[in-house]
Amino acid sequence: MVNKNRVPKMIILTAPLLIVLVIFLSILYGAKSFDPMTVWNAIFHYHADNQDHAIIQSSRVPRALGALLVGAYLAISGALMQGMTRNYLASPSIMGVTDGSVFVITLCMVFIPSLSSYQMIFASMIGSALGAIIVFGFGSLIRNGLSPIRLAIIGTVIGTFLSSLSAAIASYFQVSQNVSFWYNARLHQIDPSMLKLAIPFGVIGIILALYVSKSITILSLGEDISITLGQRTKYIKIISMLAVIFLTGTAVALVGKIGFVGLIIPHMTRFLVGIDYKWVIPCAGIVGGLFLAICDILSRFINYPFETPIGVLTAIIGVPFFLYLIRSKGGKNVV
Amino acid sequence: MSILRVENAEARYEGNVIFENLCLDVIKGKITTIIGPNGCGKSTLLKTMGRILKPKFGKVYLQDQDINTLPTQEIAKRLTLLPQNPIAPGELGVEELISYGRYPHRKNISNLTTEDKEKIEWALEITHTLPYRDRPLGSLSGGQRQKVWLAMALAQDTTVLLLDEPTTYLDLAHQLDVLQIVENLNHHHQCTVVMVLHDINHAARFSHEIVGMRDGKIMATGSPHELITADTLKQIFHIDARIMVDPSNGSPVCFGYESALAEEEFVLHKEKENVAT
Ligand SMILES: Nc1ncnc2c1ncn2[C@@H]1O[C@H](COP(=O)(O)OP(=O)(O)OP(=O)(O)O)[C@@H](O)[C@H]1O
Ligand SMILES: [Mg+2]
Repeated sequence: MVNKNRVPKMIILTAPLLIVLVIFLSILYGAKSFDPMTVWNAIFHYHADNQDHAIIQSSRVPRALGALLVGAYLAISGALMQGMTRNYLASPSIMGVTDGSVFVITLCMVFIPSLSSYQMIFASMIGSALGAIIVFGFGSLIRNGLSPIRLAIIGTVIGTFLSSLSAAIASYFQVSQNVSFWYNARLHQIDPSMLKLAIPFGVIGIILALYVSKSITILSLGEDISITLGQRTKYIKIISMLAVIFLTGTAVALVGKIGFVGLIIPHMTRFLVGIDYKWVIPCAGIVGGLFLAICDILSRFINYPFETPIGVLTAIIGVPFFLYLIRSKGGKNVV
Repeated sequence: MSILRVENAEARYEGNVIFENLCLDVIKGKITTIIGPNGCGKSTLLKTMGRILKPKFGKVYLQDQDINTLPTQEIAKRLTLLPQNPIAPGELGVEELISYGRYPHRKNISNLTTEDKEKIEWALEITHTLPYRDRPLGSLSGGQRQKVWLAMALAQDTTVLLLDEPTTYLDLAHQLDVLQIVENLNHHHQCTVVMVLHDINHAARFSHEIVGMRDGKIMATGSPHELITADTLKQIFHIDARIMVDPSNGSPVCFGYESALAEEEFVLHKEKENVAT
């Protein structure tokens, strides 16, 4: 057992170093690259009239942090959903959670414009809950609807429906311009005031996730076994769902929809650290954050000097992985 | 004295009534076996007794306490249930899975205590699963897996065990092995066991009490001698069974049977003819 926990402990111990490194790289390189000294000064000896300093402080730093946070939030959400439902295709973007967020955000932009960042996060969280409720509601109505592939189909159909509806509403009320931000996540337009809020909201979500992490392992043995072992399964599921709503809602409010992170990172993490969610949850957060931050750096160079939307990158990596999952795990309903 | 009591329970799946007004007393310190045709509600009854399904009406009592008001962790220290088809992640290690059996006894600290470790070791040993302790569950055969699940239930260290077909997937020798483990637990640890079996000869040999079910109704309960008779087996399974007594241990044995349906149809046919004339 001592030996087995080496990988997760290593990930957690090296995380701070890797995170700092990735933040640093993310600040250094882009359409305009800086030398390390400028970055150092911009952070520790900030001059408001220095243009480079301004770019670094108002754009690069929020972007680096945003990518890390969003990656972590989505990966943890995905890990929670997969463990809780024992569905290897569960993730915020496939189960309609992110589409729900965008839908409610669109409604808000039309009917209650000039929402504060704070209210926006709330709207997004309500949307996450709504998306999840509709998808799981349909899933439980249809016979066998909670099986991995059916739930994925239901989630995709409802997700597409919600996002088409949002697009229709947006174009009818002529707010498409504003709403498109949430469809094609653009990390370079992160609103610093939103970022400041995303941290406490995300922290609540992460604390909830860590609190249930061990129970998720028990739940992943199946509902019957979980009850037999004396677990309050409903309570655990509610807390997990709350964590997902906090994390996904915040992530969408911050940068919009990003697909596949929540699906593939939990799988990669389990591959690395095993299936004990006590380790999977924190490690998924670390791996997800680093993954998205690195994707974000790469996205600046694929079509230099133009930015490639981050969603394109995550999809290029994610789609083959998704197909691989269906092929290799399709027969078994085991995470 | 009854340790587990089902009182006028009704169980449903999405509006489908599986049984209603069902009553059952499980006698403390005895082995009770439920027999009955596929789909008659045996697993449903076991799940109701194990609080996995909440009865729509009626109550289940564990030592005279309502099972739906007792804290679930309290119940988990006294009662375990081995489902018919448990599925766990294939990557899970055998020993790790068995160690989750200790979950209800956990204190606030997350590490296993010496007592936990002893129980896990004991469960591995008694179920003869020691050779695979370090292997992932997914790499085991169906029968080996079945024993690992049993080991997990045993590690839970409860006085009441509900076992749903603990001998499926097992060959003749291993079936006997598992049933002797159960007998042994009952004998030396005063465990109360309720299990579902399809082999009536095993039921006859290893139970104190047999419950015969059909279509969600308990048709008969009694000792093996009272229950394993041509008449009751016909009622429960619609078979014509030939029964004799095993001279080596005195328990009834069904050594052959025919379907009673052909005869039934004949009777029905006759009745119709009678009505016609
Ligand atoms: N989860 C479920 N949802 C809906 N119906 C179910 C469910 N589980 C069982 N049933 C139905 O309830 C009835 C009783 O099932 P149960 O599993 O209790 O039978 P059983 O006696 O254990 O059968 P077997 O010997 O095949 O295990 C069956 O008709 C079955 O189709
Ligand atoms: Mg059954």
